[in-house]
This record gives sequence, C-alpha cells and structure tokens, in this order.
Amino acid sequence: METITNLVYLLAAVFFILGLKLLSSPKTARRGNQLALVGMLLAIIMTLFDKQIIDFTYIIIGLVVGTAIGLYWAKVVKMTQMPQMVAMFNGFGGGASALVAFSEYSRMAGEPRIDIAIALILSLFVGTITFFGSLIAYAKLQGIMRGAPIVYKMQQVVNALILIAIIVLSVFIMLNWSLWGLLLAIVILSAFLGVLGVIPIGGADMPVIISLLNSYSGLAAAFTGFALQNNVLIVAGALVGASGIILSDLMCKAMNRSLTNVLFAAVGSEGGGGAVGGEQKTVTRYTAEDGAVILDRAQSVIIVPGYGLAVAQAQHVLAELAQILIDRGKKVRFAIHPVAGRMPGHMNVLLAEANVPYELLVEMEEINDDFQNTDVALVIGANDVINPVARYKKDSPLYGMPILNVDQAQTVMIIKRSLSPGFAGEDNPLFYEEKTMMLFGDAKKMVTELVQVMKE
Amino acid sequence: MGASLVTSLTIFVLAIFVGFEVITKVPPLLHTPLMSGSNAISGITLVGSLISAGAGMTALSTGLGTLAVIFATINVVGGFKVTDRMLEMFKQDKKKKK
Repeated sequence: METITNLVYLLAAVFFILGLKLLSSPKTARRGNQLALVGMLLAIIMTLFDKQIIDFTYIIIGLVVGTAIGLYWAKVVKMTQMPQMVAMFNGFGGGASALVAFSEYSRMAGEPRIDIAIALILSLFVGTITFFGSLIAYAKLQGIMRGAPIVYKMQQVVNALILIAIIVLSVFIMLNWSLWGLLLAIVILSAFLGVLGVIPIGGADMPVIISLLNSYSGLAAAFTGFALQNNVLIVAGALVGASGIILSDLMCKAMNRSLTNVLFAAVGSEGGGGAVGGEQKTVTRYTAEDGAVILDRAQSVIIVPGYGLAVAQAQHVLAELAQILIDRGKKVRFAIHPVAGRMPGHMNVLLAEANVPYELLVEMEEINDDFQNTDVALVIGANDVINPVARYKKDSPLYGMPILNVDQAQTVMIIKRSLSPGFAGEDNPLFYEEKTMMLFGDAKKMVTELVQVMKE
Repeated sequence: MGASLVTSLTIFVLAIFVGFEVITKVPPLLHTPLMSGSNAISGITLVGSLISAGAGMTALSTGLGTLAVIFATINVVGGFKVTDRMLEMFKQDKKKKK
C-alpha cells in the first residue's frame, strides 16, 4: 500500500512539473493548470486511503468549508484585486503548513529524530511568517492599512533580536521536546516577525514581497514534507519556492534594487507624491481633441499602461480606443514594463480581461528599439518606468533602472492627473519636452473623451 | 538522521533545479497566472493536513488539523479556480471581428 501511495505521489509531482512547463505558452497554459489540478486531486484522493485516518468527519468539514470559501473568493475577485488575493492565498498555504507542523508535534510520542525536529520548527517558523506577513500585505493592498512604509527607530535591531530569540528557543525545545510552551513562543515571535517584516514595505515594492511570500509558502510546504517524510510535499514545495525566488529576483532587477534594499530600506511614500521641484518649468496643456487629432494622423502607436490605469479602471475603455485605432489601419501595440502593476505580470492580466489579444502585449526588451520608429507613444498612468533620468542622473533613486524608451517616439502623449513625481519622488523631465503632450485628467475620463472624439 | 534525510535532501535540491529550469521559461505575460497557479500547488500541504485532521489523536491535533485543511483547501481550490479564470481571458487576435 505504501508503495502505491508513493507511486501516486510521484505521478502527482510529475503532473505539477508538466503543468508548470505548459505555462510557458499562453496557448497551452490553461491545460497546464488543469494538469496540475489533476495531480493535486490524485495526491488528495490517495491520502484519503491512508491507514492513519480513522475519522472523516473533520476532514469533510474542512474540505467543504475550504472549497466554499476558495471557490467563492476566486469567482468574485476583481482582476485589479488579484495581488492581494494571491497574497492571502499564499498566507493560507503557509498557515496550513505551520498548523500541520504544530498538530504533528502535539501528537508526537517521545523525542523525534533531530532532523525531523528541525524540519518541524522550520515549517512552523516559515509558515507563520508567511501567514502573518501575507495578512499585512493583504491589508496594505486592499487599502485597509496605509500603503506607505511604517518605520520606527531600531527596526532592524528589533527584528534581529526576535530572530535570535527564535533560534535560542529552538535550541531549548530540542533539548527538552516536551516544553510545548516554548513552541508556542516560537509561533508568536514568528508572527511578530512576519508583521514587522512587511510593514516597512512601500506600495510599489509589493511585487517583490508577494513573490517572496509565494516562495515562503512553498518552502514551508517543503519543510513540512521533510517533517512528514513525504516526497510530494518536498517536490511541490521546492518548485513553488524556486518560482517565487525567480520572480522576486526579476522584480528587483526591473526596479534596479537589491532584495535587501527592498526588504530593509523602506522606500517610497503612498502612491508617490513628495515635493515637486523646478516649478519654473512650463508645461503645455492639451485637450482630448488635440490628442485625437494627433492619434488620427499617426501610423503607429505604442501604448504604455501603468498602474494608474488599473487604479482608474480604465483598461476596458483603453481597449476600445486601441480597437478604434486598429480599425483605422494603424499599428497598435502595448509596451509592458515588468513592474507595471502590483504583482509580476499584473498588467497583462488586466489587459487580457479587457479582451486585448495577447499578441499585442509586448515586453520591454522586445519593444524598446521600436519607439524610435513610432509616431505616438501614449502613456497612461505610468511615470517612473518612462523617466529618462534613470539613464543619466547618477544620484537619482531611479538611476540604472531599465525604462521604456518612450522619449524616442515622434510624439509622447501622457495622460496623468498632475505633474507630481512618481513613486520614486523623481521629477520627470520628459513632461517638459517640446514633443510631449500632457493631457491632464483621470485616466478613465481622458481615454473616454479620446474615444468619443475619435468616434465623431 | 541518515539515509532518509539524505534522500529527502536530494529530492529537494533536484526539485529546485527542475523548478528553476521550468519556471525561467514562463514568459512575463503569464507571470501572474504562474504565481497563482504555483500558489495552488503549494497547497499540497493539504496532504499533511488531512492526516492531522483525521488521525483522531488528541482534540488539539484534530482541531489544528481541521483548520489546516480549511486553509489548504482555500489555497488549492481558490488558486486553481482563479488561475483558470485568468488563463481563459488570454486570447489570440481573432483577425477582424464583425
């Protein structure tokens, strides 16, 4: 029986890997996700035959309640809210691993082997951090908590002390395994570490934190796997752990920051803002009518959507504008910066929801050389990712960050509410250039006006 | 300690390498579904939760196990469902509507 179980677990692990492999193309991605689901179902069904299970009452209650909540949430969530939902799901995954670890401890007879003890403590530690860190990330993204970093004196020192305390407690508990109060103390301290670790993270650094929490939830599952000596948990956990680390790394590179800088530097304020320098520079205001004339004359247009677009819920009307332009025979594409959104790939999902075909969504590296041959670059709700300062101003926080070469287009049309600098607090010289047309206003309102004028 | 730990570690390390290989091939276009999908996979901890909830050892272990089942099931069901919902939206250009 045990052999069969393990073979089925192996099959499940193969399905997970194949599922992730199929995610490499939008054509096969959906099938990949379904394949992973089949793997999961196989693993679950096989586990239900485990001879340790003597009572199904609580299992059924848990499955029914969890399925109801999960299905409902997944159905009603708006695509703009995807980051906080994924954050919370990560939290649940990590929380479940921690709970299993504690439950496993509570029913353990006698001293466990040292490696299993370490794995249990690690699972408890990482799982609890994931859960509470995710709660904070959720609260920040959902707007329950202010998005701005929360900082206080000696923040790093406090966190370091908590970590040391956890290590000391872990050593003690391994010397006397029956002191379960110590384990509880580890849980509480880990919870604090989760909360304190995420509160200094600013709104625009959220893509990194969500990826990292994703990685943690995988690692917590893998540690549980070590503790239970269950290979499918180890494999699946390792896959997710790797995925989260790759994504955090990509996000950090896209912002030209190191992971330590994101985690500890507490950069940024709520949705940008900050002091505007250089008031003496003048900007010409244009109306939607002016914008429509230029767009109508253009042969090629590259649209650069930023998070402001998502906040204004303007993706649907923007898709309509793109369709009008395409119908008039213009070459239209969307340039997607890696950190356009609140989680990796977020902007693509928002535009896909608005029925923009994915062939029109082009990554930064692929489209950056095309701006010079483009008539109009239409920027909506993006700022830092198009700021040319990143190329030359060495003391700028943006320096070295890869940007979209919007300034190389014949005409740059920017829809923005005001001249306020972006998240990095850096003024954007592009606003004041002669070829730049500033259309001030809410993204949705302005794009709607453009659509109306174009239709007339 | 001994052979079983080494076997587990071997599996873990090799799986991480497989993960890196497979996931670096996922285009940025699909990074959000990748996250929610891999997130659903991390709900595999449900396998451990089921035994905790059903082994009927102590009230504490059953209670913790049941809560773990709820958490992990939300993670699995919600994760796969929302990933499917997103991937359904990624459509190709259907050359000329109307």
